[in-house]
Amino acid sequence: MERQIHIEPVTRIEGHGKITVFLDAKGDVRDAQFHVTELRGFEQFCVGRTLWEMPGLTARICGICPVSHILASAKACDAILAVQIPPAATLLRRLMNAGQLVQSHALSYFYLSAPDFLLGWDSDPATRNVIGLVAADPVLARKGIRLRAFGQEIIDRLGGKRIHPGWAVPGGVNQALPETDRAWMLERLPEALATTQEALALFKSTFGDVEDRDVLTDFPSMYMGLVRPDGAWEHYAGVLRIVDSKGKVVEPGYDPARYYEIIQEASEPWTYLKFPHYVPKGYPKGMYRVGPLGRVNACDHFATPLAQAELEEFRERSGGRSGRVFDYHYARLIEILASVEEIGELLADDRITSTEIRAQAGINVREGVGVHEAPRGTLIHHYWVDGNGVIEKLNLIVSTGHNNLAMNRAVREIAKTYIKKGKVSEGMLNRIEGGIRAYDPCLSCSVHAVGKMPLAVEIVDAQGDVVTTLARDDR
Amino acid sequence: MERITVKIDGREIVTSPGRTILEVAVEHGIRIPTLCHLEGLSDVGACRLCIVDVRGQLVTSCTTRVADKMEVLTGTDAVRAYRRTILELLFAEGNHVCAFCVSNGGCELQDLACELEMHSVTVPYAYPRHRVDATHPRFLIDRDRCVLCGRCVRACGEVEGARTWNFAERGSQARVITDLDVDWGTAASCTSCGKCVEVCPTGAIVRKGESNGEMRKKPEVITRLKERRTHG
Repeated sequence: MERQIHIEPVTRIEGHGKITVFLDAKGDVRDAQFHVTELRGFEQFCVGRTLWEMPGLTARICGICPVSHILASAKACDAILAVQIPPAATLLRRLMNAGQLVQSHALSYFYLSAPDFLLGWDSDPATRNVIGLVAADPVLARKGIRLRAFGQEIIDRLGGKRIHPGWAVPGGVNQALPETDRAWMLERLPEALATTQEALALFKSTFGDVEDRDVLTDFPSMYMGLVRPDGAWEHYAGVLRIVDSKGKVVEPGYDPARYYEIIQEASEPWTYLKFPHYVPKGYPKGMYRVGPLGRVNACDHFATPLAQAELEEFRERSGGRSGRVFDYHYARLIEILASVEEIGELLADDRITSTEIRAQAGINVREGVGVHEAPRGTLIHHYWVDGNGVIEKLNLIVSTGHNNLAMNRAVREIAKTYIKKGKVSEGMLNRIEGGIRAYDPCLSCSVHAVGKMPLAVEIVDAQGDVVTTLARDDR
Repeated sequence: MERITVKIDGREIVTSPGRTILEVAVEHGIRIPTLCHLEGLSDVGACRLCIVDVRGQLVTSCTTRVADKMEVLTGTDAVRAYRRTILELLFAEGNHVCAFCVSNGGCELQDLACELEMHSVTVPYAYPRHRVDATHPRFLIDRDRCVLCGRCVRACGEVEGARTWNFAERGSQARVITDLDVDWGTAASCTSCGKCVEVCPTGAIVRKGESNGEMRKKPEVITRLKERRTHG
C-alpha cells in the first residue's frame, strides 16, 4: 500500500515548514516534498512606498539577517539614484556584511546545527540543542557564543543596534565609524580568528574523511555565488558565477543587474516558496545551490591566505567540488575564517573612518538591482520606481529560495536512504531535519513568511490517506 | 488689570481672564499633553488630547478660557484613560508603523504613546488606503501617518500666507489636501517654504531623501517666526 510520511514541524530553522514523504505500494520512497507553509507578501505591500524607506522596510523580512536585506536594498537604491557611493561607505558596508556572515554562520553552526553532529544524530532530542552543547562541551560552546557576539557587536557599533539597524541608506551609510569602535574591533579580532581556527580543526579531526560527511547525502548540482573579476570569493560586489558539479564554469561572470536573464522562478501549488532555476537548463533541471557551499564551490580561490589554505585542503579532502549537503557546515566555517580575515583588512584601511559616507541624489534611473551575498546565499532586490521615487513593482529572490530545488532533492535522497519497506525511525527524522538545516534555510525570508517553524512528517498511502504523523515539540 | 483666581490640580493660581487653561498650566509648570497645539499657531482643539476635567466636564484646555473660581483637574484617572483612548483611536485610524517610519525616534505621536503609556491599541484598526504623494520635488506626504492635527494647514495659512494646505471631506474620509485637491507638485500656491514639514508632528509630511528614523523636525521655528513678526 502506498503511504505518505509528513514531518511537522521542522525545528531549529527560521520559519514554518513541513515534509511529506510519499511511499509506494512496497513501502519505499516514491517522492518527498518540502513545503513552506507561510506567506507574507512583501512584494505586494511595498508597492506604493517610497524608495528611501525600502532598506528599513525590507529589513523587517528577517530578524536573523536584516543586515543582508538592508544592504541589498541600499544597493538597489544606489542604482536608482545612479550614484557611486563614497569609498568609506563601501568599506563600511563590506565590514557590516562580514560581521553579518560571522554572526549568522556562528549561529547556524554552534547554536542550530552542531548539536546534531557533535552530540550525535540519535541523541535525545530534548538535549540535542545548544543547551545540551553547553553541558557537553562548555568551552567550545562559550567560544562559539562569543564568536557570534563579535559579529553582532560589529553590526551594533556600526549601525547603532544589532537587529534592523537603519544605517545603510540610498547613497551610502548614515553614520561613520569612530576610532574607538575601530580599536575595539581590532582588539577582539585575534580571539575571533583563534576560535574559528579551533572550530575548523575540530571539525576536520571529526569529519575529515569523506565517508563521515556523506551522512546527509551527496548529489551533484550547479553552484552559484558572487566572485571578483579574478574569480576570488566575494560577498558584497563582483559578478555572478555559476559552475557545474565538477567545477567547470557554466557562467563565468554574469552582470548581477541582469540576473533575470539567467535566473527565473517557477511555482508549485504545494508550497509558497518558489523555485528559482538556471534558465538555459530549464525547470527543474536548472537546479543550483547557493550559500556557503555554493560560494566555496563557485570561486577559484580566496583573496585571504588562511581561507585560501583551507579551501585547498577542503578541495583535496573532497576530491574537488563537494556535493555533500553536510559540507555546508565545512564551507560555513571556512567562510567565517575568510570574513574574520577580511574584517582585519578592512579595519587596516584608514579610509574606513572617513566621515564622507553618503552621496545625495534624486531619482535618475527608474529601475535598480541590488545583489550581494547574504549568509544563506545570493540575495537579489530589484525595484522599479516612478519619477518621484515611489515603488511601482519589486522582485525579491531570497537566498533560501535558490536552494529550494536542492532542499527538496536532499529530503528525497535522505528519505530513500532511511526509509525501506515502510520502516521509519527517529533517526530518519533527525537526518531529514539535519539535511534541511544544513542549508540553514530562512523560510521567513524566502517566502517573506511569518512566525516560527514547526516541522511534521506525514506518511500518506497510495489512497492518499495519512497513515502516520511524526511530530514533536522540542523547540 | 482684572485678576481672577483658578484652581488647577488643587493649586490656586492668580491670572488674567481671556487666557486658555493650557497657557496658564504651561506657565505654572503643569504638564498637559498636546498634539495639534503649537505655540505660534491658533488653537483649534482638533486632537482632543489636552482634555481636562472642569467640574466633571471634559473640555479641551487649548481652546477653553479660564474663568474666575474655575476648578481644573489635569490628570485624574478618568482623564488619563480618555486621553489614552483618543490616542489609540488616532493610531487605529491611520497606518502608523514606527519600525520603518522616517520619523521613528523623532515623532510627537510616538512620544505621546510613551508618555500616556499606551501599550497596545484596543480598538480595531481601520487600515485606510492612501496614496503617497511624492510629486513635490523636495517634500512628500504620506497620509497613512497623518493625524489631521491641521498644523500644516495653519502654518501655511497663518504664517506663510500661502494657504496651500486645507481639509477635504469629513469624518473618516477627511484628509489634508493641497490647493483644490491636486498633486502637491502641481499646487501653484505652494512656495516650497517647508513650514508644513517642520510643524507636522509625525512622519506624514517629510523631506524627500530622508531614510528610516532620520527625520528630525524643528516646529519651534514657527514659534520664533511668529514672535519676531509680532515684536519686530
